Amino acid sequence: MSTADPPVTSAAVKTAPDARGAAGSSRRAYLSYVAGKLAGAAVSLFAILVTSFFLFRIIPGDPVKTMTHGRKVDAEQLAALRRHYGLDLPLWEQFTQYVGDALTGNLGDSYQFNEPVLDLIRERVPATLLLTGTAVVLYSALGLWLGTRAAWRHGGLGDKVNTSVALTLWSVPHFWLGMLLIIVFSVGIGPIPGLFPTGGMESGGEHGIAYVVDVVHHMFLPVLTLVAACYAQTLLVMRSSLLDEMGSDYLTAARAKGLRDDLVRRRHAVPNAMLPTITLVFVNLGFIAAGSILVETVFSWPGLGGLFYQALSVPDLPLIQGLFIVYAGSMILASVVADLIYPLFDPRVGR
Amino acid sequence: MQPTDENAPTPGPLHRPTPAARAGRPGRRLRRVLGAGAAALALIAATAAGPAAAKSAQDDGGDGDGDKAVLTAAVAQSVDSLSPFLAVTLVATSLNRLMYDSLVNYDVKTQEPIPGLAEKWEPSNAGKTWTYTMRDGVKWSDGKPLTAEDARWTFHTMMTDEAAGAANGSYVANFAKVSAPDARTLVVELKEPQATMNSMDLPIVPKHVWQDVEDLGKFNNDSDFPVVSSGPYILTGFKTDSYVTFEPNPDFWRGKPKFDELRFKYYKETDAAVAALRKGEVSFVPDLTPAHAASLEGQPDIKVNDGQGRRFWAIATNPGARDVKGRKFGDGHPALLDPRVREALFLAVDREVIVDKVLQGHGVEGEGYIPPRFGDYHWKPSAEQKIGYDPAKAARLLDQAGYKLKDGKRVGKDGKPLDLRMLCHSTDARDKAAGKFLEEWWGALGIGLDLQCLDNVGDPWVAGEYDLAFDGWSVNPDPDFVLAIHTCAALPESEDVVGQTDNFICNKDYDRLYAEQLAAYDDPGKRAEIVREMQSVLYDTGYMNVLAYPNSVEAYRTDHIESITAMPAGNGNIWGQDGSWSWATAVPAAEASDDDGGSAMGVVLGGGAAVAVVVAAGVVFTMRRRATAEDRE
Repeated sequence: MSTADPPVTSAAVKTAPDARGAAGSSRRAYLSYVAGKLAGAAVSLFAILVTSFFLFRIIPGDPVKTMTHGRKVDAEQLAALRRHYGLDLPLWEQFTQYVGDALTGNLGDSYQFNEPVLDLIRERVPATLLLTGTAVVLYSALGLWLGTRAAWRHGGLGDKVNTSVALTLWSVPHFWLGMLLIIVFSVGIGPIPGLFPTGGMESGGEHGIAYVVDVVHHMFLPVLTLVAACYAQTLLVMRSSLLDEMGSDYLTAARAKGLRDDLVRRRHAVPNAMLPTITLVFVNLGFIAAGSILVETVFSWPGLGGLFYQALSVPDLPLIQGLFIVYAGSMILASVVADLIYPLFDPRVGR
Repeated sequence: MQPTDENAPTPGPLHRPTPAARAGRPGRRLRRVLGAGAAALALIAATAAGPAAAKSAQDDGGDGDGDKAVLTAAVAQSVDSLSPFLAVTLVATSLNRLMYDSLVNYDVKTQEPIPGLAEKWEPSNAGKTWTYTMRDGVKWSDGKPLTAEDARWTFHTMMTDEAAGAANGSYVANFAKVSAPDARTLVVELKEPQATMNSMDLPIVPKHVWQDVEDLGKFNNDSDFPVVSSGPYILTGFKTDSYVTFEPNPDFWRGKPKFDELRFKYYKETDAAVAALRKGEVSFVPDLTPAHAASLEGQPDIKVNDGQGRRFWAIATNPGARDVKGRKFGDGHPALLDPRVREALFLAVDREVIVDKVLQGHGVEGEGYIPPRFGDYHWKPSAEQKIGYDPAKAARLLDQAGYKLKDGKRVGKDGKPLDLRMLCHSTDARDKAAGKFLEEWWGALGIGLDLQCLDNVGDPWVAGEYDLAFDGWSVNPDPDFVLAIHTCAALPESEDVVGQTDNFICNKDYDRLYAEQLAAYDDPGKRAEIVREMQSVLYDTGYMNVLAYPNSVEAYRTDHIESITAMPAGNGNIWGQDGSWSWATAVPAAEASDDDGGSAMGVVLGGGAAVAVVVAAGVVFTMRRRATAEDRE
């Protein structure tokens, strides 16, 4: 990236501030840009840590009483439970303890599952990452491709069909679409036989390649549901940003050079139109960890979405807090990564 | 930039194909990416068909893998713990019954206590000492003998280790001492006599495995497979919210179950579970709604079991929440302290409509407290004490009580309209539906109803901050628990703690009868009579009124399961029995129906079709690309 040796550059800076090497300067600018973004992320993460503690204490309900409803529990047992979960301490002490624990990677024990929150989340994360991750990659790719086509030949039949199909699927409730897919492709209807499992992530008892095949088999329909329901947003953003670019002079210039239309699109228009779409893709990547509560429920997918729903009903405070941190944290992580690689796509950023 | 459509190059008309143009040099990179994508799609399509086809090809009996007869049941509730010391959810306790037998079982036909791990038992010392004789020759699934020492250790641990008493500590609260003088004798000494000793259905765990557990409060019994058991099944696998698998216990003293594998598969959505049943992916689905039952009724190879429920579903009125010492708290409506107002409310409820419309026929009109399923204990109000459907009488009673009708509203002496709140479970569609009817019926009387549907009704309930509430409990063959929750002793010690009480009822007559039935441990007939009398007292207090006993509606595939035992005999239920009868005695269907072969064929065809569609799409896509590439040359 840079041709100058770092010491030389810094010496140059010291002696002649006006004559900074261009490479060194841009690198330093990038580094300070990175440092700024990272610091910002750290601050947001801490804010989330604080918010998650206070936010969920607003949920009405005494977890200890809820857990013991219908059982005979005397004051002593209640006190023991409160002590066990640290609910007997003053709020500020609970808070400092919670922050301290969280910073050392301990998110407490779930009230209802009798297990550390971190273990519960760790158990569920792979399933959610696999499902939503695959779906985000697929629907982003599909949306980009179709969006480009739709914009390049906008107004044509392809554009109209693609856009309206995408919008229709986008407005269909995920839940309903999933159920429909189960009925048609799992159970089978008329001449269509049941091709896919109705739910879950695995049949159990499989190993090695058979296990991989089994999981792929199980995730086909949920991924299809998510892709069908979500590719519209990438498509529309890509389409409109490409449309914005299409009147630009540089494209006319490119054509004037005699470039093929195909090349003009690929080399000149699309890279510029990609910028807003990349932001969107990263926003979606941030949602990966959150998963989709509805799709996970319909397909009985053992991921974080279902866990969150269950945590809310108690309320299982440590679990809710833990999940909230994971969700928010992954969002922050995704936007930091987006910020960091954005300069690679658009050199104006970070300069 | 001029991003208007007019200025944008319009690829259409300007770039019509020039047929002579040579086949374009497609962007190699893009092509490669697309090729990879197409390959991935094809792979997915292939795998989609693959395992299903392979699986069905091996399928020759039941719905199993290979020649194994596998019984797969759909479940929805999460397992809280598979340790019998910790499990409280219905699903977890039911699974525990498959693994761990108990001293006393309940007869599958009559639901009366019958010998289990204990061959016989007898009270002495005025009911304070109970001696159980253990069945001879019973083995744990690892071959070690099951002795009285295992039972002693289980009870003793629950009494002494606070963590181990988490789930069932109350059962042993009255135990003074447990001893095992020899391998076949277990002696329990009580502080006070109690009738429930005849129905000791607590799971007994193997001491030689469990004594090494460091912290029983943290041990969930789901890590070391197979789990040593004494029941009909051995736990072989568990993954939270995915599956629970069992294999039959060849040494089960009642005989090895006929299925080769029992599998519980998670469906968080009943619609999906019903779809899986239609497809044959699962053999059994519990907890169906009336709509699901109606859609499955008459389907080939599916039997809907409309079993007698074990729950009652009632309206509870706040009798003025108070603690054991009589200190009042909460904010129950004072009007409900007038028995005439309560009676008027109940008189305006048409239970027939509730059963017909809300339960859509899957239930029985409510009368006494204990459901008719438990024949001996079930009680019906006599003609003169029965509060039937009589809105006219309800209006008269309200008039007498001083709540006059004014502009369509009942107004009290203080001039305030009679408006009541009612707690309902937002997760329960039945509560909401019945709430709408009550709103209408009581509205016609001039009483306003504010239906408060909450996810968490526990908090206002425990705090006594309600006027009315939908209430319901699952009743055990031994009714002690559901009776105990209305005794004065069950009231909380103070308003800050939780009592066992259901609805803050405290009645001296009821308490006296409760003590009498507990002491009647040696005369079941007399005990049943007292229990019925207690329900009569409870009915007359007018604090509780049972709307209905909802059925448990379940369905199973007759081409997987030839027979499965409902409990009690006649019209009982399958899931959530007292014991493991249904799963232990289920018989696999001899031959899978012809559908299976058909669907295997269908899978192959379907897989082929899917591949064909993908290929066709690929071809069309490539041709179109080629066309456009030419077009843009």
